[in-house]
Amino acid sequence: MNDANLELERYELREPQRYEFATDRRVFNATLGAGLMLLLARDNSHAQPGRRQPRRGEPLGDRLHVAEDGIVTVLTSKVEVGQGSRTQITQAAAEELRLPIEKIQLVMADTEQCPDDGGTAGSRTTPSTVPRVRSACAAARERLVELAAATLEVEPGEVQYDRGTFTTAGRTMSLADLVREAEVAESLQAPPNGEAQVRRVSEWQVLGVPTNKVGAEAIVTGQHRYPSDYQLPGMEYGKVLRPPSYGAKLTSIDLEAGQKLEGVTVVRDGDFVGCTAPSSWQAGKAIEALVATAEWETVDHPSSENLFTHLKETAREGGGRRGRRGGGAAGDVDAALESANQSIDSSFEIAYIQHAPMEPRAAVAEWSDGKLTVWTGSQQPSRVEGELRGAFGLRGDGVRVIVPDTGGGFGGKHTGEAAVEAARLAKAAGKPVSLRWTREEEFTWAYFRPAGLIEVKAALDDQGRIVAWDFANYNSGGSALDTPYRVPNKRERVLECDSPLRQGSYRALASTANTFAREVAMDELAELAGVDPLDFRLAHLEEGRLRNVLVAATEKFGWRKRRAEGRNIGLACGTEKGSYVAACVEADVVDGEVQNLLVCQAYECGAIHNPTNLRSQVEGAIVMGLGAALREAMEFSDGQIQNASFYSYEVPRMRDLPEMELVLVNRPDLPSVGAGETPIIAIAPALAGAVYAATGGRSRSMPLKLG
Amino acid sequence: MPDRFSLEVNGQAHSVETDAQRPLLDVLREELSLTGTKYGCGEGACGACTVIVDGEATRSCITSIAEVDGRRVETIEGLASGVELHRVQQAFIDQSAMQCGYCVPGQIMNAVALLRTEPQATGEQIVEAMDGNLCRCCNYRNLRAAVEQAAGR
Repeated sequence: MNDANLELERYELREPQRYEFATDRRVFNATLGAGLMLLLARDNSHAQPGRRQPRRGEPLGDRLHVAEDGIVTVLTSKVEVGQGSRTQITQAAAEELRLPIEKIQLVMADTEQCPDDGGTAGSRTTPSTVPRVRSACAAARERLVELAAATLEVEPGEVQYDRGTFTTAGRTMSLADLVREAEVAESLQAPPNGEAQVRRVSEWQVLGVPTNKVGAEAIVTGQHRYPSDYQLPGMEYGKVLRPPSYGAKLTSIDLEAGQKLEGVTVVRDGDFVGCTAPSSWQAGKAIEALVATAEWETVDHPSSENLFTHLKETAREGGGRRGRRGGGAAGDVDAALESANQSIDSSFEIAYIQHAPMEPRAAVAEWSDGKLTVWTGSQQPSRVEGELRGAFGLRGDGVRVIVPDTGGGFGGKHTGEAAVEAARLAKAAGKPVSLRWTREEEFTWAYFRPAGLIEVKAALDDQGRIVAWDFANYNSGGSALDTPYRVPNKRERVLECDSPLRQGSYRALASTANTFAREVAMDELAELAGVDPLDFRLAHLEEGRLRNVLVAATEKFGWRKRRAEGRNIGLACGTEKGSYVAACVEADVVDGEVQNLLVCQAYECGAIHNPTNLRSQVEGAIVMGLGAALREAMEFSDGQIQNASFYSYEVPRMRDLPEMELVLVNRPDLPSVGAGETPIIAIAPALAGAVYAATGGRSRSMPLKLG
Repeated sequence: MPDRFSLEVNGQAHSVETDAQRPLLDVLREELSLTGTKYGCGEGACGACTVIVDGEATRSCITSIAEVDGRRVETIEGLASGVELHRVQQAFIDQSAMQCGYCVPGQIMNAVALLRTEPQATGEQIVEAMDGNLCRCCNYRNLRAAVEQAAGR
């Protein structure tokens, strides 16, 4: 297992969809025997096709092609969901090919064309894919120089190359000329000869430079086609019948009620019922007619009212794969807690929230001569390919998944539900089918960021230093579980629980919950010790990157001056996925509402690739984090989501925009790491500190209770 | 029974035979292949489907085709004149007012409608007018900056 795989396993939580097709069971049973079915399904859901190979031996031609007009096509399985990977990888290729970015055409996330760089998750594009692309492009550049030298009949050392032009002793040749005159494609079929020389950070001309989004013009003119915008000749629109509540089983239905409507094809396959029609309006009418005849057997389901009791009651020690990693253990925590004079014992509650990307799940599926092609919005094209293979028993070249640049992900699109459903409908209809989930479907049948209960017991010695740290996370996961502060006796663990809702990844996943609980607990300990929250943290932090961002944020914010003035301020810091963040917040609380919000955040992720996008990501993360800190929480009862709407599940909007000051710490001396996630983790606890200062009441929940 | 409706979209006359209650959004996307206008919620809560009807920013997901019979509709596809972008479109590029970009057509159409009535809208007017257009990437600072640029601020 290579490094990228390992990271995905560490950072992702995902539950498979909760339905099966009857026909698939028959196929599996016939081919493999019933006993193997479950195993196969699970394996398929994580399938990595055989194309994933060690990068060292990868032919350069798998990664890039040069066309006769001198445009270089670069390929990657990564997807663009708004985090900026298209621009970033284009910059990386342009840098090493010594070309302006307009000369690079990046093909992303097509399982038939692109080398498998893994899914898009865990902030891995920056540390893992960008170096791969740079290395391949640098090797290709060297190969092209050799080829140009041979064509010009000089030694490679006598050829200068820059911006698509080869020069030697007064003669020049363009990249386009070279493609016409030499066997470029054949030459790129061989893998690189050795490690190619990539440009040093100090010499970067494209990376590190503020760069606007590639493809921006297509977006502002409405020409960019998102997955929900794909239209094929003869295509129909699909709808799926959803159960009225979680776990409900269909006991009877009159399919004729939908089938009799003009142009409608109704499909039933086990628990799955859906329809297609020439318009989504007609398909919707057919589903309404089917809903009216459907009878269901419902089951009991926990409600959000008693969520945290439920988690606690169903907790299992051991924690499985997630619980075993990340947490630390040192010394004798119980003895240290027992003997200490001053201690805290605090519980934190973290609600389920949803990604709610602006583009709900969507897929267009087309069957042609037994081959299935699906355009869909997913962060995991090759895993979706695996899901489709599993669902339809397809092998070899039978499935192609293409992910057009998609309308938002935030860790919420690791699954292929819409792809599988669209393919099932298309197969039955004998036509291409577009299936676009409604907002209500997305809010109900996608997955959620795990809820969590976190218990922190900690104690101080008589010098006011932390002597014991006992941290238990129920359900929400292990990211950033280990405290970065110096503690002699500690125990940190994850307990697995029965999750009432289907749960999965989210931007920064559990590190938001763990950082929230830890940082609020640090404030409580600082208060107990009678020390300023900044000084208390500094006293427990080693020299290094986390301490540096904490100092940078508090200096820019003017922490000590504001503190002396008695303002309502709070701070927090944390690290996850190799980058470092600290936030300071000032806020008033008026009539139970946060007002006059000022956020100052410092962030460091190594050498910065694109300052424009970094600023945008950090600001977006702060504001998105405010949503979860202040308002967002799934409410559910009787197996139904009670706020499956933007009217009742209130995400941040323009008027929520705080005043923001950023310190983006550039470290050209350090490797670049991903920046789409970690900037979200510090805002909630920093705000909690400011709210405590304003109200005197300590809120230990996300969202915060302000009353 | 389907009825026939006439409307002008981006300066072109169209005649559509469909159910009176069918949302304008579906007609634009599925009958006229104008997919630049996006579905976000289907209940007028997010603004992704914003188009301009007779000069007014309108949520096409909760507007029926019957309501726009005989009226003038503008969508994102009709905004640029030839290769020249509308100043609001250009401002969105200049200010990087997009991450995934899915909400952008609706944001732009809403901003265009605002600036036609208030060419020099104040910061407060901008926030008030744009507040109903959700961006889940939460790129609001750049979005606000783009509309401010287009308003000459």
